[in-house]
Amino acid sequence: MTPIVRAAHVTKRYGDHLALDDVSLDVERGEVVCVIGPSGAGKSTFLRCINRLETIDSGTIELDGELIGYRRMGDVLRPLPQRLLAAQRRKLGMVFQGFNLFPHLTVLENVLEAPLRVIGTPRAVAVAAAERLLQHVGLADKSASYPADLSGGQQQRVAIARALAMQPEVMLFDEPTSALDPELVGEVLAVMRQLAEGGTTMVVVTHEIAFAREAADRVVFMADGQIVEVGPAEAVLAHPTHPRTIAFLEAVL
Amino acid sequence: MTTVHGEPGRVPAVPVVSTGRLGLARVLSPAIVIVVAAALLVAAISNENFQWDVVARYFLSGGILTGLLTTLALTAVSMLIGTALGGVLAIMRLSRHPVTNAAANAYIWFFRGVPLLVQLVFVYNISALYPQLDLNDWLTPNVVAVLAFSLHEAAYMAEIIRSGILSVPKGQHEAASALGMSPWTITRRIVLPQAMRVILPPTANQVISMLKSTSLVSVIAVPDLLYSAQLIYSRSFQTIPLLMVATIWYLIVVSVLSVLQNRIERRVGRGFTRSPQRVSKTSGRGGAA
Repeated sequence: MTPIVRAAHVTKRYGDHLALDDVSLDVERGEVVCVIGPSGAGKSTFLRCINRLETIDSGTIELDGELIGYRRMGDVLRPLPQRLLAAQRRKLGMVFQGFNLFPHLTVLENVLEAPLRVIGTPRAVAVAAAERLLQHVGLADKSASYPADLSGGQQQRVAIARALAMQPEVMLFDEPTSALDPELVGEVLAVMRQLAEGGTTMVVVTHEIAFAREAADRVVFMADGQIVEVGPAEAVLAHPTHPRTIAFLEAVL
Repeated sequence: MTTVHGEPGRVPAVPVVSTGRLGLARVLSPAIVIVVAAALLVAAISNENFQWDVVARYFLSGGILTGLLTTLALTAVSMLIGTALGGVLAIMRLSRHPVTNAAANAYIWFFRGVPLLVQLVFVYNISALYPQLDLNDWLTPNVVAVLAFSLHEAAYMAEIIRSGILSVPKGQHEAASALGMSPWTITRRIVLPQAMRVILPPTANQVISMLKSTSLVSVIAVPDLLYSAQLIYSRSFQTIPLLMVATIWYLIVVSVLSVLQNRIERRVGRGFTRSPQRVSKTSGRGGAA
């Protein structure tokens, strides 16, 4: 079976700076991959390239065997029209560092918006599903609140429910706990751990090494735009081989 | 070491009290305001030149009310067209295409730079530019007024709408894109509702300002509120009381608009301010789910 996400030789430049340098990674269905590494390593950029919030300069990223955001025309890739790109993005759920909930909508409406407007799910069905998801993330009693009335941890859990409402094939987490107060990190990681145990395919950019050790099937260590080391969580985190990985883990643990 | 003043943490704090001087000012300042207001009121009532009986006679007269309606209609229609055109200009200003951008910039530069009265008179005389088109048939003073006000208003609304759209954080766009929303859905459901919070307050100001600017149409003989009053006093020479009639009507309409403006602002502000009572009121609902 083809991997659900296949990135091959992805390169991304910001001016002179090489943000991603020949990055290749396969993610299998049901797998939880944690991406760790120092700031500026290109972790978030790579994640954002997967659902084409960032464009790439060369290489290919495929979702379930289908090129994301581009179509092949001869030897070059041409950007896909917005409408087709939007259809592809439905298969990818994204959770942001800054939550990015829609502030003018209630918690329930935040979760409902995409199923109603993008898929056209009947309202009753969508509401039932949204309420189930909110219960799942422990926020059933907040469905009528506005995001501004929630704590950061609660907002991030709503954001997870909102992404799950589209029943994505892969969930992308971009430093989901980095903007949270320390005492709120646990509740978000608990929800993510549940998802991981439930077999959701996840790519998680994180600084939470403990979470990676516990929940990840594989850990990817990135530095300077490259994947330096990749392997089973236990191997990379407990017995790193590359000097960069060893130095990083010594510094953070 | 023994503490003389009791244990730490048990030190009593004296609440802040206003000083005597401030207390006096607190009594005096409203007193001064009341005295001045009363004096003005007495002066207005006792000055017979205001001719309040004439004001009362004309306040609800047919000519004045028709003029008021013309003023309101002129404001509403010009605002609607101006906002629509302004929206188009805002999108042009936000576009990355240099020619589109420059065209919108030139428009805004021109219509913001030339005084409204000059634009009004200019449009009124536009048939002199193109005599062969025979524009006079449909370029009635009413049409001229709507045209001039709309074109002028569009330049201001373009900037208001643009700043509203720019006020929505990039993350909102990304979150909506990541959910698979099309650009049109993102604009309509995510960006515009949030931009409204920034767009509406200055737009309400524009409506109020437009309402007052419509009085300029008296120069091209459109019978608005002011011109209707002028028509009456040019015959009766009761200038001051009829100007008072117009003044009072303008103040009434502006006051109503201000109340509406407040309501609208509170409505579009939903979700942008914390609201404890709303949370407690609704928290029971989801709990049953």
